[in-house]
Amino acid sequence: MLTVDFQKSLEHFELAVQFRLEDEIMALVGSSGSGKTTLLNCIAGIDQPDRGEITLNNREFYKEGKKPLKIQKRKVGYLFQDYALFPHLSVEENILYGTSRGSDLSHVTELTNILGIQKLLPKYPHQISGGEKQRVALTRALAAKPDILLLDEPFSALDDGNTRRCQDELMRIHERWKIPVIFVTHRKADAERLADRVVRIEKGHMTEQL
Amino acid sequence: MMAYDMSPLLLSLKVASISTFFVFFASIALARLMSRREFFGKSAIDALVLLPLVLPPTVIGFGLIVLFGANGPLGSLLEDWFGFRVVFTWVGAAIASFVVSLPLMYQSVMAAFEKVDPRWENVARTMGVSEWRVFRTITFPLAWPGILAGLIMAFARGIGEFGATLMIAGYIPGVTETVPLAIYFAYEAGDMEKAAFWVIVISAVGIAAITWVNYWRKKTAVRIGRE
Repeated sequence: MLTVDFQKSLEHFELAVQFRLEDEIMALVGSSGSGKTTLLNCIAGIDQPDRGEITLNNREFYKEGKKPLKIQKRKVGYLFQDYALFPHLSVEENILYGTSRGSDLSHVTELTNILGIQKLLPKYPHQISGGEKQRVALTRALAAKPDILLLDEPFSALDDGNTRRCQDELMRIHERWKIPVIFVTHRKADAERLADRVVRIEKGHMTEQL
Repeated sequence: MMAYDMSPLLLSLKVASISTFFVFFASIALARLMSRREFFGKSAIDALVLLPLVLPPTVIGFGLIVLFGANGPLGSLLEDWFGFRVVFTWVGAAIASFVVSLPLMYQSVMAAFEKVDPRWENVARTMGVSEWRVFRTITFPLAWPGILAGLIMAFARGIGEFGATLMIAGYIPGVTETVPLAIYFAYEAGDMEKAAFWVIVISAVGIAAITWVNYWRKKTAVRIGRE
């Protein structure tokens, strides 16, 4: 279970969030600059809150007055906006980047099958389409077997058909993996279709919907 | 054209290669330190590294003589411990090259590291890999075109170094006579043909270096998918 209860001063307002998340899918909606990505970054360990705490399955990610847990030790799968695939590595190298040699990769094979990206493995990121990049980035985020999945605007670069397909795939993966998933979106329809819970953030303050 | 002793070219290549080798590691270590850590005296180190860009070469040469001369703090130490002299040797020329090319390389490396999108490094960290591996497999390869350009500039600056080299290494034919020194002293002696020969040689080396860098950058850009 993910427990988030922290405050962080941003340029124009203070981000104050408090929620608990079981192995559910939660959508974060809100206008640009409302603090959604900062929230994901604080969970991942890229940013640090000013006060409060973040824990995942009783592991302290952040607690006021203590040294935050390193990003590397948080076991977070993070799909960045625009995917941030490593441009100098092939799709296969991107996906396997965080896996150790000799480790069991059956889940990666399963993911590449579910997401239909086997043919893309030898290609480089600049050689594949936006929808393909999204699926590769999702596979990469899951390849290191994370305990939580964070998705920042995962469908923003996709057309309606691809969005729907990717959402179906995400739901299938979630059914198997059963980990907390938080995804940021601008589109209310995406949130309603995919999420168990929808949280709106405006100027740093969150309200739960549904 | 009469045949000339090629030792100035070989010495210049040796001096520039050795100084560029050390400049490479020093600038990467410095750039990493300066871009990732906050500490007392950081601005002073930054200014000290960049200072040779704005100082006349004679001032750098003077500073090196003060440091590495027989009575200088480093010079006397090297002589006492290793019986080794820097002044009037090719090592002095290499140190002069190092000092003048370090700021160029340092600036290139800093700019190259800054161009690497931090999201790539962060996404690598979320996958549990160590900072060293993030640097080795993400930051360094993606910064490589900029680092390579810096290396070539550092090499070219090293091979062309004149003022500071003349002060610390002097002009000893066959020992410290680099190509720029050979050009100057041939001209001074009125041997225009010899001066022209070395001008053509050093220009050819420069053109070859620039052509190679452009070719290599294009190749690298394709490989890392930036085109």
